[in-house]
Amino acid sequence: MLTLSLILIPLFAGVVSLITKNNSAKQLALIGALVELALAVVIYTQFQPTASQQFGFSYPWIASAGISFAGAIDGISLLLVMLTAFLTPLIILSTFRQPYKNASTFYALILFMQSALMGVFTATDAFLFYLFFEAALIPIYFLAAVWGGENRIQVTFKFFVYTIFGSLFMLVALVYLYYQTTAGQGHTSDISAFYKLALDAHKQGYIFWAFFIAFAIKMPLFPFHTWQPDTYTESPTPATMLLAGIMLKMGIYGVIRFILPIVPLGLQTWGKTAIVLSVIGIVYGSIIAVQQRDMKRLIAYSSFAHVGLMAAGVFSQTLSGVQGALIQMLAHGINVVGLFFIVEIIFSRTKTRNIEQLGGITQRTPNLTVYFMILVLGSVALPLTNGFVGEFLLLRGIFESNIWLGAVAGTTIILGAVYMLRLFQKSMFGNKSSFTEHFADLSFSERAVLMPLVVMVFWMGLYPNFFLKLTEPAVSNLLQMIHY
Amino acid sequence: MLPIVLLSIFGLLVLYLGFQKSQNLLLPVTLLVLAITLVANFMHWNDVPSLYFKNMLYENKLTMAFSGIALLSALLIVALTRGFKDNESAQPAEYYAIMLFSLVGALMMIGFENLIMLFVGVEILSVSMYVLTGSDKKNLRSNEAALKYFLMGAFATGIMLFGMAMLYGATGSFNITALKSYVLTNAAPSVMLYVGMLMLLIGMLFKVSAAPFHFWTPDVYDGAPTLFTAFMSTIVKTAGFAAIYRLLSHSFSGMYDFWWVTMAAITVLTLLAGNITAVYQESFKRMMAYSSISHAGYLLLSLTALTSQSQSAIVFYSLAYSLATISAFGVFLVVSKEVAISLPEKADNFDAFNGLGKKNPLLAFVLTVSMLSLAGIPLTAGFWGKFFVFSSVVERGLTWLLIVAVLMSAVGIYYYFRAVIAAYMREGELATIKIPPFYRFVLIATTIITLIFGLLPDLLKSLV
Repeated sequence: MLTLSLILIPLFAGVVSLITKNNSAKQLALIGALVELALAVVIYTQFQPTASQQFGFSYPWIASAGISFAGAIDGISLLLVMLTAFLTPLIILSTFRQPYKNASTFYALILFMQSALMGVFTATDAFLFYLFFEAALIPIYFLAAVWGGENRIQVTFKFFVYTIFGSLFMLVALVYLYYQTTAGQGHTSDISAFYKLALDAHKQGYIFWAFFIAFAIKMPLFPFHTWQPDTYTESPTPATMLLAGIMLKMGIYGVIRFILPIVPLGLQTWGKTAIVLSVIGIVYGSIIAVQQRDMKRLIAYSSFAHVGLMAAGVFSQTLSGVQGALIQMLAHGINVVGLFFIVEIIFSRTKTRNIEQLGGITQRTPNLTVYFMILVLGSVALPLTNGFVGEFLLLRGIFESNIWLGAVAGTTIILGAVYMLRLFQKSMFGNKSSFTEHFADLSFSERAVLMPLVVMVFWMGLYPNFFLKLTEPAVSNLLQMIHY
Repeated sequence: MLPIVLLSIFGLLVLYLGFQKSQNLLLPVTLLVLAITLVANFMHWNDVPSLYFKNMLYENKLTMAFSGIALLSALLIVALTRGFKDNESAQPAEYYAIMLFSLVGALMMIGFENLIMLFVGVEILSVSMYVLTGSDKKNLRSNEAALKYFLMGAFATGIMLFGMAMLYGATGSFNITALKSYVLTNAAPSVMLYVGMLMLLIGMLFKVSAAPFHFWTPDVYDGAPTLFTAFMSTIVKTAGFAAIYRLLSHSFSGMYDFWWVTMAAITVLTLLAGNITAVYQESFKRMMAYSSISHAGYLLLSLTALTSQSQSAIVFYSLAYSLATISAFGVFLVVSKEVAISLPEKADNFDAFNGLGKKNPLLAFVLTVSMLSLAGIPLTAGFWGKFFVFSSVVERGLTWLLIVAVLMSAVGIYYYFRAVIAAYMREGELATIKIPPFYRFVLIATTIITLIFGLLPDLLKSLV
């Protein structure tokens, strides 16, 4: 029941927000998101750190076909549920100084998005997962396409068609798997039934690719990333935060839930290819990020590079790789939302995102400087910050799998430092420009967004075990299933 | 078989109403007739399948479901007509009567047990459609469309009739159950059977605008008055597919190995022709014409697979498609009429929807849901329609066919979303459009049903 409430509360709050007046919608949305956060905390406190599925619900949905409306939470889900519940109120709060037209629809869409994301992370029925996976796309598409920048129409349309195109392959794979199951008279779409299928290697190869294309587009991995920088740049910042902070994790979550346990033999054949593509993405994304002038675009490419590392870790099928990916998903979500917010703060004051036109902001803004610096350091994986734990585990996992690929992936640490520090230096230090002459420091509501993020940066950096022990049983159980 | 009787009698009554000075009664009476027929249709829901009229017509849950879809679509479309008061030269009594008569044809196509009934049904429906297509008498394009439709349709009917004659020659009967037993008992049937079957299928495939027999569709859909386009694209399609399904699953099921290759080829062609051409359309109405071709392709997909799933898949798909099409045309009708006043050259284009979301949130929302449903995006009935169709294909093991279909449905998203983008993201000067209450009711009803079946598909699927 708790799990179902996770999906229903934002849905309900969204509907309420839709019918309220524009000027009170944001407070209402914030309250809804905070209730959701409280619920996630309750779930956390009652969660037993074992490999089992907990707080499950299951109702017959298409009874004649053995498809049920079912969800539950295990360690892997819990981490992402917490990430979603934690980031959404902050994303809503981050918009408080920025008036959006048709605010009630705007906030309703954010809440609908949250509801769909919760559904994705908790569904235990394959078709329900697919439904939420696609449903999440509709609110984010409208958020980006209606409230976005100048080229929003073409850019977001490309994003929409591209991702749906990918998901359709997943649908084919799911339907195929569904027909391979046997449950009494008919078939079942329970994901755990898919785990027991043990298809032959040839078929697994095809299914691997069907899933891979869907998830690789969503993340995105090289060479399926072409929609991403434009979409991140053109979307309004809250939508970008949702995309980069949470939605991207749907892809990695999908890999962990579907590719690893269902097609281990396919992964044996094609896993190396997948890692190579991910590693190419890391280096390629980093190199392009170094050359960017637009801050939002720079962070978009950095996000592309980071997700490559996470994917490589998961495809390495090692405990530290998968664990690292999970902790890094959390860390990346926090850092990237913080960074996009800082870009938005700078943009709202200077009306530019071009780092060549910025500079000299540090002198009068001690607060902004400190928060920005901490998030940058978290992002470049400095020890004691959240990025370090994740990247360390990820690289260890990739090294275990293949030492050369690990070495190439390792360049992410150096390149990451190059582009992130360049971003910080060019925008914050140096001489004032005409754009940054009058730059006010952070307001209260801005600090209220950044403070929790920064606390998390240190918390995860200093005491990662708090999070790692939640997921460990579920992950080792998953890996045992593959390496039986 | 009460619906057929009711429709015929009341059709005449409606025709006579036109003679009197009681034009205002036409719309309510027609709606009432359709509502009564719809109820009458489901009265025998729990009865065993039975034969009527000396084994000429057949009735079971499936035929009732198809008839229900056709009648419901007709009811909704008639509610959109508003008594044809906008058009001076319109002859409402004739239009309503023809619509009722055409439904008689549709119901005969759905429930035929004898090929003669199929032929009579097809003819009743087609002739009605020729007339309705040309009903905008002073419009050149409407006339052209009617003539084109009639000439092409006559050819197709001829081929179909020839096919039936051959089937009779081969088996000695027009009864489709006799046909079935002939196919099952004769290990080496005569060549006439094969030729006859193919010709019959070609005739039917023409009616549902499957490629390569689809060339009439865009011109006819474009030329016909929009309401009748909606009528054609829902009711003719539903009845046509019900008939083809009955032929393939009943009479010719024993020859699956022979016809599935043909059907697969036609399916692929239809999917490609419909979807790819739709991308290049500037006119919304023409896009809807190609979209109807592509949906014929998805329905054919399920027929090609022909598994135990196919039956409910086709019913579900037909309903989802009909509802979405009606609401799309409903919105288009009011919007294009409004736009035609200021910018007549844009009235048929996607541009007509520009800026719809600002002042007309209801219309924009209805349009969006219908486009999402046609594109097969989750949370709408259209998604489950595609899902069940795709499932049946996987069950048969025709994965390559499914890949084509999946790629084409990705293409579909492209053109359906042009309307959504126009409505929400482009600038336009549309004023608030006044929507009559009847109209509003139809639009809201189709949208809500689409969403309900999108969330709870089992409500319908468990029935048939």
